Amino acid sequence: MLTSDNAFSTALALILSMDSALIDIVMLSLKVSLMAVMIASLIALPLGAALALWRFPGRNVVIVALNALMGLPPVVAGLCVYLLLSRAGPLGEWGLLFTPTAMMIAQVILVLPIIAALTRQQVEALHGEYAEQLNSLGLTRLRMIPTLLWDARFGLLTVILAGFGRASAEVGAVMIVGGNIDGVTRVMTTSIVLETSKGNLSMALGLGIILLTLVTMINAIAHMIGETAKRRLG
Amino acid sequence: MNAHHTPPVATLELDRVDFIHRGHTLLKPTSLRLAGCQRTLIMGPNGAGKSLLMRLAHGLLTPTTGSVRWQGAQPAQAMVFQRPVLLRRSALDNLTYVLAIKKASRPELKAIPRKAQAMSALEKFGLAHLAKRPARVLSGGEQQRLALARAWLLNPQVLFLDEPTSALDPAAIKAVEDAVLEFHRSGTRIVMTTHDLHQARRLANDVLFMHNGELLEHSPANDFFTAPSSREAAAFIRGELVW
Repeated sequence: MLTSDNAFSTALALILSMDSALIDIVMLSLKVSLMAVMIASLIALPLGAALALWRFPGRNVVIVALNALMGLPPVVAGLCVYLLLSRAGPLGEWGLLFTPTAMMIAQVILVLPIIAALTRQQVEALHGEYAEQLNSLGLTRLRMIPTLLWDARFGLLTVILAGFGRASAEVGAVMIVGGNIDGVTRVMTTSIVLETSKGNLSMALGLGIILLTLVTMINAIAHMIGETAKRRLG
Repeated sequence: MNAHHTPPVATLELDRVDFIHRGHTLLKPTSLRLAGCQRTLIMGPNGAGKSLLMRLAHGLLTPTTGSVRWQGAQPAQAMVFQRPVLLRRSALDNLTYVLAIKKASRPELKAIPRKAQAMSALEKFGLAHLAKRPARVLSGGEQQRLALARAWLLNPQVLFLDEPTSALDPAAIKAVEDAVLEFHRSGTRIVMTTHDLHQARRLANDVLFMHNGELLEHSPANDFFTAPSSREAAAFIRGELVW
């Protein structure tokens, strides 16, 4: 019978043992998800801001599509990337399937709509407040983008964290395109699935606790940075 | 007296300008000529269309029909709003931001670096000690002075002010009015809305009186306050509400 007590002690023992295989798994998880969030942010922040500022036919369709893609099932994203990268696929020559790069690509696809859609909302609200002043200064819409993104930075930090939450929690996409290969593409979530299916529940729970702790720590740090800056800047 | 180095201010012409929003006529066809370096006050009760007229003149809004034209080259313009829109950064950075964006300078400050230009504007408006403070935590009066300092750096030939003192205490109002006069002394044309009669008496060379989306009068300040030509303006000056 599994008790939470022995899951915690397993987790603690795992951490204290500084097992190199475990450290590899943790580091790969962080690397894949952080890189995915970074790449997605570089694209999605300006994209979301542009969508907030420009009016064009079909804009509402794009917004609805982005909002819908926030709920894209990770396995579907994984499957699409799998088809693209598989030997027979259009990008098969790159030989990326079952590599951490493929996992990053899949997670970028999952995270990008979240960051773009929420950025659009934040920037649109801020633009409502700033529009007259910025127009009075004669700013072009293109030039407004960096100004609005910078002034919305506290809200956008939360947006990026939401993206990171999605990336670090999902298992379907990395499982399909990464393949959960020991020492190569095994990350925390895929390990948890594997250990659970092996019946190694306290190990799975231990990994879960480590994952949760890491995510909490990253969120806490971001929150503290945001709050401090907000207090200072009003 | 300061010698005026600035070129004469371009004349603004509104030709049968109106503004219709969702079937409501917010501004009836209005023709208007603003010439010379004056202090023009736009007066009238709430909802008369004062701010609307100013936004059309400044180019923030496009008229439904009619045209807004500057004779000759379009002059450098700035606008100060009722609620100042300041960026989420320090007071000083708010000023260096516009200098960088507009690549503008006052002629007397051209030779010095942007940061020093910004500091000199802060000093001019009594804000030097607040340079490092986030603009958004300043008091209402300080924020409005910062907005004026920002406009000052842009060296506008025309300055629009939309009820800039309506939310301020008397000391802050005095500071804003002094700033307006200082702008004017340095050769900037003033176009300002207010519903405060006393303020208009203190500042106006000429008055535009609006009521219900219609420009009823454009007269020299003296004439307007002693012998208004419209019934509505007379009632407004007597302090009776006109709707």
